[in-house]
Amino acid sequence: MEILQNIVFVFFVLLTVISAGVVVFHKRIIYSAFALLFTFFGVAALYVYLAADFLAASQVLIYVGGILTLIIFGVFLTAKITTLEIPDETHQRYIALIPVALLGVGLFWMIFSAPWDSTLRSVEPTTKPLGKLLLTEYLVPFEVASMLLLAALIGAMRLARFYKKEEV
Amino acid sequence: MKPTLEMYLILSAVLFTIGVTGVLTRRNALIIFMSVELMLNAANLTLVAYSRFLPDISGQIFVFFVMAVAAAEVAVGLAIIVAIFRQKESVDIDKVNLMKW
Repeated sequence: MEILQNIVFVFFVLLTVISAGVVVFHKRIIYSAFALLFTFFGVAALYVYLAADFLAASQVLIYVGGILTLIIFGVFLTAKITTLEIPDETHQRYIALIPVALLGVGLFWMIFSAPWDSTLRSVEPTTKPLGKLLLTEYLVPFEVASMLLLAALIGAMRLARFYKKEEV
Repeated sequence: MKPTLEMYLILSAVLFTIGVTGVLTRRNALIIFMSVELMLNAANLTLVAYSRFLPDISGQIFVFFVMAVAAAEVAVGLAIIVAIFRQKESVDIDKVNLMKW
């Protein structure tokens, strides 16, 4: 049973990392957009492994249902047939490797040099405590987040609306 | 053998680094957007992993707020990209140099 669990875990890790690589390195933007779908699902599955059931559900709802749909709409609205192939992208690749390598080495050095405590403690289902925290301790940030979403909604509509030249 | 905290941290580090690579090397504004989402997801994964092994549920609240901000960011960002595309017929960020000296 535990072997099976580990196999599934490795599968989801590979799915996440490989599809993330496809997102960044594939030449066709629509492939990138759909690879992002698998990354989000992989991360949602890892949330399940981390006993964050509510967050796994919201990951699927918000990222896959909302953000990815928006991004794919963006792809459809901006990509012309001729621009599907992104022109050469190599002019920065080798310079960009330097900060990326520095960042990666730094992160891995941090991970491997610190002693981490990996003992698993039992946890309860998270929905109820999350709801309680959101409406007691984190009530003000919660309300601010809703204001932020409202402002973003109105702002996005104002920006994306088509105006005739004299109207602007 | 259960997955340890290090494994999740390493996975998040790899995801984050892939995202940074995307932002630095790609020139299509939409791909840069997706890379930013990758980085946000990596950070979220770290927070959830810490919250599992601590164990303290507050970490998951922060993931929640990150998701809300990501949704707002995507909505506004895509509106900007679509508006730029209408004007310039391109989403190549090298061509968007209005505020660059």
